[in-house]
Amino acid sequence: MTTTGYDPYAGSRQTTEGRVYTVTGGDWDQTLGVDHSGEERLVVNMGPQHPSTHGVLRLVLDLEGETVTKARVVIGYLHTGIEKNVEYRNWTQGTTFVTRMDYLAPLYNEAAYCMAVEKLLGIEVPQRAQTIRVMVMEINRIASHLVGLATGGMELGALTGMTNGFRERELCLDVLEEITGLRMNHAYIRPGGVAQDLPAGVEDSIREWLAIMPERLAGYHKLLTGQPIWQRRLKDVGYLDVTGCLALGVTGPVLRAAGLPWDLRKVDPYLGYETYDFEVPTADTSDAWGRFLVRMAEMTESLKIVEQALDRLEPGPVMVEDRKIAWPAQLSLGADGMGQSLDHVRHIMGTSMEALIHHFKLVTEGFRVPAGQVYVPVESPRGELGYHVVSDGGTRPFRVHVRDPSFVNLQATAAMSEGGMIADVIAAIASIDPVMGGVDR
Amino acid sequence: MTGPGDRSGADASRGASAGGGGFRKGAFGVSGSGDTSGFGGLVRVEPGGAVALHSTDRPYGGWFDEVTDALIDAVGAATYAAAVPRVLVDRGEITYFVAREHLLTLVQALRDDDALRFELCSSVSGVDYLDSGGPAASDGRPRLHVVYHLTSMTYRRRIRLEVAVTVEDPHVPSVSSVYPTADWHERETHDMFGIVFDGHPALTRILMPDDWDGFPQRKDYPLGGVPVEYHDATIPPPDTRRSYR
Repeated sequence: MTTTGYDPYAGSRQTTEGRVYTVTGGDWDQTLGVDHSGEERLVVNMGPQHPSTHGVLRLVLDLEGETVTKARVVIGYLHTGIEKNVEYRNWTQGTTFVTRMDYLAPLYNEAAYCMAVEKLLGIEVPQRAQTIRVMVMEINRIASHLVGLATGGMELGALTGMTNGFRERELCLDVLEEITGLRMNHAYIRPGGVAQDLPAGVEDSIREWLAIMPERLAGYHKLLTGQPIWQRRLKDVGYLDVTGCLALGVTGPVLRAAGLPWDLRKVDPYLGYETYDFEVPTADTSDAWGRFLVRMAEMTESLKIVEQALDRLEPGPVMVEDRKIAWPAQLSLGADGMGQSLDHVRHIMGTSMEALIHHFKLVTEGFRVPAGQVYVPVESPRGELGYHVVSDGGTRPFRVHVRDPSFVNLQATAAMSEGGMIADVIAAIASIDPVMGGVDR
Repeated sequence: MTGPGDRSGADASRGASAGGGGFRKGAFGVSGSGDTSGFGGLVRVEPGGAVALHSTDRPYGGWFDEVTDALIDAVGAATYAAAVPRVLVDRGEITYFVAREHLLTLVQALRDDDALRFELCSSVSGVDYLDSGGPAASDGRPRLHVVYHLTSMTYRRRIRLEVAVTVEDPHVPSVSSVYPTADWHERETHDMFGIVFDGHPALTRILMPDDWDGFPQRKDYPLGGVPVEYHDATIPPPDTRRSYR
């Protein structure tokens, strides 16, 4: 139906912003052909509650038709003040806070934080604890990349990628749960080592997992890599070259997909990474497609590292010998699940007053860390995760600042998506793989 | 929504930082007892507090001397002497304490000079050294520190720059013209510490709501006492909730 005469529902009025038309159904012959030359600027608000923005991320997009002319990113919706909270807990309790920042890579937060505390203390953790740290971190990397892949797939409409990604991630989390007791937010890595030794039988579970995963990862190549729709959604989308990456501080898979093999595990090794045999995958496409391929290849490399770590595990302590730092008791599995070691309880309650005092002081007050400041970076699944930790000599951190890679990388959103289509904004952000828990802290 | 910054001064000073002589005393109103909860009551005494006041003598050791010499060559000895009053080498990390007037000259040279090449600004953040214990705490001491972590990908080196300013004059030049990545870092530091980065393209709050009052990461920011949006209720600061005396 068309209307040619006066339509009370399709009026127009003059405003300071120009002529504004009220468009209702069936009045196109009135509104079209009037004046829309280059004046189709549309500001679209996306999020913070939007299924395609990778978390509580808000985007304010200026559109010219479907072309994005300006992309502004608004964050802070998940700010929980973790950095401030850590200042009011003792050094060991800090682990339980930082693990909740980048919640898809909790073990990296714990490891970097603990390495910073250990650097301030001037202690070195036992070899077995270092190897266990490497192992759980690499399992965590695979789990994290799988979620990146799964949520990215979901946002682009590849729902099977999502269900499969979460399915395989669950296998990784099962292994981590067996080791640490929790699927996420483990608080497993502690200053001085790890919370407890590997439980009996876990090595078999890891080997079983190692046997399953290569085949499962190959499934993603079958499902996604060769798929024309997936390729066309990712190729030449979210372009950012090395110069752009460095200017914007972008690290991790995004930088490596631009061709620079910058991986802190290689260039600034920690926890003995220089002794592991693995490659740093790169791509030269600088786009979302390259980032997908880099993440896929990194998962395979991580499997290699987990296997090597498992092979070189020697029996030994998993916590420093210094009883003034080491947590006074190992947890043990009771009939009701996790619990305090009954032997230890018997010891402190029944035989040694000094042990009880020591336990009480260390658990409630904590240990003191010499004054000073350190910056410890690790290569998290998303890039350089740096902990700037300041101590004033007390039993609590004076300041903990986290250089979270998601926070920094998200700045590249505008550079990646302006000038492109609105649908590609989603692909670009998914290829950065930000975790809002880390962005907002 | 309003933050707690607009409350009366008497109220705000009741945070965990009450205490004299630069020593930190905790919450819950405990005095003299051996409260070991880790949350309150612990008096920390450390010479110099968290701020190391001395300067490391040359040679610094390792590549620290190479970088320092290259930096002196790049900006000139006179500028360097004026820009870097002291240098601290601690735990294998080097910190240059920089006067804010010369910050931009220095970072420009650090990024562009062939012998320096600090291409990546890893992190910009703040530390509030109020009440950090020891004789260093006094009125007028520049307690707000802006900390820059720079990375040289070419030489695989990391250095730290530190600029100290007072609360009354919290102005620091923005390095976002040299390192565009500093944009959000500086906004966060502004949001949390109230440091004003002159020359920043859009210095607004980033993590806290736009209309928030006060700077949460400052050490004298009151703990609790923030008005709750529902029920017209407030949560009192922890040190006023109850007393064990």
